[in-house]
Amino acid sequence: MRIENLAVNKNGFAFDPTSGETFTLNETAKEIIEDLARGVEEKEIAKKLSEEYDVTQEEAMNDVLDFKEKLKLYGLLS
Amino acid sequence: MAKKTYEKPTIIKVESSHSKAGVPMPKQKIRKKIGGVAIDEMVERFGSPLFIFDEKAIREKYRSAYEAFSSRYPNVQFGWSYKTNYLKAVCAVFHQEGAIAEVVSEFEYEKARELGIEGKDIIYNGPYKPYDSLVTAAKEGAKIHIDTFDEINDLEKVADELGFEIPVAIRLNMDTGIYPQWSRFGFNIESGQAMDAVKRIKAGGKLRLTGLHAHIGTFMLDANAYKVETTKMVRLMNEVEEKVGFTIEYIDVGGGFASKNHLRGIYQPPEVVVPTIDDYAEAITSALYENIRGNSYPKLYLETGRHLIDEAGYLVTSVVASKTLPDSRRSYIVDAGVNLLYTYFWYKFNIELTREVSGISEPAMINGPLCMNIDVIDESILLPRLRRGDKLVISPVGAYNVTQWMQFIRYRPRVLMVTEEGNVELIREREELSDIEKREILPDKLKLK
Ligand SMILES: Cc1ncc(COP(=O)(O)O)c(C=O)c1O
Repeated sequence: MRIENLAVNKNGFAFDPTSGETFTLNETAKEIIEDLARGVEEKEIAKKLSEEYDVTQEEAMNDVLDFKEKLKLYGLLS
Repeated sequence: MAKKTYEKPTIIKVESSHSKAGVPMPKQKIRKKIGGVAIDEMVERFGSPLFIFDEKAIREKYRSAYEAFSSRYPNVQFGWSYKTNYLKAVCAVFHQEGAIAEVVSEFEYEKARELGIEGKDIIYNGPYKPYDSLVTAAKEGAKIHIDTFDEINDLEKVADELGFEIPVAIRLNMDTGIYPQWSRFGFNIESGQAMDAVKRIKAGGKLRLTGLHAHIGTFMLDANAYKVETTKMVRLMNEVEEKVGFTIEYIDVGGGFASKNHLRGIYQPPEVVVPTIDDYAEAITSALYENIRGNSYPKLYLETGRHLIDEAGYLVTSVVASKTLPDSRRSYIVDAGVNLLYTYFWYKFNIELTREVSGISEPAMINGPLCMNIDVIDESILLPRLRRGDKLVISPVGAYNVTQWMQFIRYRPRVLMVTEEGNVELIREREELSDIEKREILPDKLKLK
């Protein structure tokens, strides 16, 4: 799980020291990465998002799954 | 406590090939209204997807085209090209503006008649005109444009049957310096075939040649091709009048003017590559003045289609789902596909949102609802993360789509027209099962219930 090593800065840039690659990301993406790195369950992440933002838990859950897919394709998650 | 506005999680790898991705979009393309009416409200009332036509835009386009020609050459008449868009409401707007009808089949001919257009105000083109339709067209005084020698024979028979001489025009093809040359239709000028056709008509003694017609292609980016076309047509007219003795009353230069659409494979925007209506008008009318001998000025007919209607038509479609593809691009699935957008094969459309969406943009493709890999409306577009129900406004789609759309897999949707007064009129109802089943017959032995 390389997301643990991602260096995420305040301006929405992330640097992966393993590959030297850079990413841009938004606030919700940042929160999900932090939660995943701490081992928080997908369902729990979706619940937290729906409490903080104007989004249903169902929509947030789909987004978390979709986001994990993207992280895998980028080699940031196995 | 009020909740924060949700932005879907987005992460983009910074790559040189996608250098524009991952940054806030400099300027999102937003369109909230068509003809002054809110798009979101129209979708709420009439559903999605929706074709929407802007009546005011159609009239303004027509008037500026008419002005461009009539100010240079007063004896001019437009014929609305039915195949480009034969929705009744659209045709009626052009007819109210003064256009006659240009049709290329008995079906289109019947459609124009049904709408209230008299035979004398119909130009009948096309490579195949069934015999019965020639009889009707001749009886009703339509302008029949002959495409082949076989059709000359047919029309002579019709003349015998009806017992009068039929006024006709012939269609011409020629080299206007553009590629590909449309040489399939009519008679070739350079080879002498056109003059042969004229002489053949004269020898028959049953038809009277009154017009010359040509249509050199569509989406013509070179206005000069029309100068060449018109020059060759007027010179042929001069020769016909001198040598054969027919009086040519009109020259019909066809359609083909481009719209402000973005052709695939062309990098510059349409504002740069598409000639203005004045460029086309100047090319055609200057050729008339330079080549007409004596002082009989034939009527100039135009069969402009695409240029007059393309930009007045929009397709509004809604996001129904999204997913990440194996190449990390996002795919948006929307409720309208290439079944409704025949011109997709030519154009990279302008795609706009009906609301501002915050967040970083990512490379996406837009896919229609068909179970077909080719159902792609845009292969590569930068979009902020859209939510289900977000709307995309696709344009220009006014030309050739609502005639060449397919009833394939899905029903065809509703079509609206926003009137000049700002009213919303339903001009075509959405299809339902009975529209399609009506034409089918299930043999008794195959009935399941
Ligand atoms: C005979 C004829 N006239 C007019 C048109 C209209 O052409 P456009 O839409 O390019 O103006 C066409 C289109 O194919 C045509 O075949």
